[in-house]
Amino acid sequence: MRLQAVDVTLGYGDRTVVDGLDLGIETGTVTTIIGPNGCGKSTLLRALGRLLKPTGGRVLLDGKRIDRLAGRDVAKILGILPQTPTAPEGLTVADLVARGRHPHQSWYRQWSSDDEGVVAEALQLTGLLDLAERPLDELSGGQRQRAWISMALAQGTDLLLLDEPTTFLDLAHQVEVLDLVRRLHGRGGSTIVMVLHDLNLAARYADRLVAMRDGRIVTAGTPREVLTEEMLLAVFGLEAKVVPCPVSGAPLVVPIGRAS
Amino acid sequence: MSTAALARPPAKGRLRRIRRRRTLALGVLTAILALTVVLSLAVGANPVAPGDVWLALTAPTGGESDIVVRSLRVPRTALGVLAGISLGVAGALMQGHTRNPLADPGLLGVTQGAAFAMVVSILVFDMTGLHTYIWFGLAGALLASAGVFALGTAGGGRSGSTPVTLALAGTAVSAFLYAFTSAVVLLDEQAMDVFRFWQAGSVAGRGETVFWQVLPFAAAGLLIALAGAPGLNTLALGEDVACSLGQNVAVTRAVGIVAVTLLTGASVAACGAVAFVGLMVPHMVRPLAGPDHRWLVPYSGLLGAILLLTADVIGRVVALPGELEVGVVLALIGAPFFVALVRRRNQVRL
Repeated sequence: MRLQAVDVTLGYGDRTVVDGLDLGIETGTVTTIIGPNGCGKSTLLRALGRLLKPTGGRVLLDGKRIDRLAGRDVAKILGILPQTPTAPEGLTVADLVARGRHPHQSWYRQWSSDDEGVVAEALQLTGLLDLAERPLDELSGGQRQRAWISMALAQGTDLLLLDEPTTFLDLAHQVEVLDLVRRLHGRGGSTIVMVLHDLNLAARYADRLVAMRDGRIVTAGTPREVLTEEMLLAVFGLEAKVVPCPVSGAPLVVPIGRAS
Repeated sequence: MSTAALARPPAKGRLRRIRRRRTLALGVLTAILALTVVLSLAVGANPVAPGDVWLALTAPTGGESDIVVRSLRVPRTALGVLAGISLGVAGALMQGHTRNPLADPGLLGVTQGAAFAMVVSILVFDMTGLHTYIWFGLAGALLASAGVFALGTAGGGRSGSTPVTLALAGTAVSAFLYAFTSAVVLLDEQAMDVFRFWQAGSVAGRGETVFWQVLPFAAAGLLIALAGAPGLNTLALGEDVACSLGQNVAVTRAVGIVAVTLLTGASVAACGAVAFVGLMVPHMVRPLAGPDHRWLVPYSGLLGAILLLTADVIGRVVALPGELEVGVVLALIGAPFFVALVRRRNQVRL
């Protein structure tokens, strides 16, 4: 396990969101964190990605405390894409993706043909080569999200954390983005951790699910183990039927209504 | 994988083409700056033939035209270039760090800090020499900026200084210092004279010494600014993404503020409050450089110098036999031009 949270307590100011949580991310899997709004899943992801310093406990990357490692060293191993990131107006797709090379550059070595190759490959993999010179603000939501993932890809990390990569996208574009994530994973066997809201998509695209409620992990395991009618009731307060998905065989949630 | 192999060269070629275009623009701006330098050396209230200007520079004999060129125009031009580069670069940094298109280098209280320190030095220590109160101006600029940064950091809570807390602290400190400066110049006639002259903003009559006095500060600021440009690019993607790319946001911001302070402080102490350059120049070069600070910063410096020198040359010839201060010319030309620019291009959002 390369990424681990050990007894972490997380919060903002006086407010504690996550209290004494343990989680190990299995290397080479796609892990998805699910849970109701405000359960602390994004907070946990931010801590795993070094964007938030734990107030207690520790996050370990390759056995070392992540907050004690140099930012640049972490950035070569682990990339995190926050929810709905913003870019300056007029920034082209190629320029955005090129900025992913930042951790590999220094003041005396700004840009090499290595960088150029990696950026071109990232654009190719996300199918954005033809849009490379287009400003980001002219793209559709799905294309834009692909461009951001492409930037994270150019960063060349083994671990990639994505915070709700499908927010504000219609279903077709959600599937497009998650197919891309799955393809990237299949290519290099990288470790991916996502926060997702859609349970059916989570079940279909993840190897492992982590269900959270009130800052605690309720259950974790394969989608089949985690996505049960009992879990939905306990974690989401939702009465639902779970049936096998006719397409993928993964568990499919059919909601009945809120538990009274 | 054959499609990837086929697709790679054109992508690389496209990236290269963008780079070539940007290098070309850098060359063009440098050439225009060289031209304005020649113009600034050749044009003035005392007509000197171009041949005599050349002789004064290469083989001086101590004649009248030699004195005009060597002791008036050369230092004036040098100072114009220095102040123009400083203000242009400081403007680009300020707008980048605050992600605010209306930010100008004076936002950190640097200008008012310099003004206040100068008038106080005249009132309290009875300083009269230009060279002495320039030191005070520099010190005032640095102190005001440090104060603003401390206030802005305290106001930002755990996350340190944010663009908003910095802008608020800068506005408050500037207003506070301006009130004191106003009180002092009303009390002291000599301070009033210096202040009036300073407030208009001018590169004339400073002499060579002033240039050498402020050069180290401006040069240090410029080096830090250029070195920090890639970091500024990551910051433009938001603090989270910058952090994810391995950039230390707090350090990047602090270093950027040091650069802005050194650049603006040097220019303001030497030339007074030259308005508009820092605000206007980054907007003018953005269509050329795009949102990439590695190009935006040098372009802004070059265009700042071009603009300031051109305004100074215009100021020398429009009101003969007198002169208009460069700050006045810049504001007169700059304001309408800026309005036109903003109306024509939708460049106001960052």
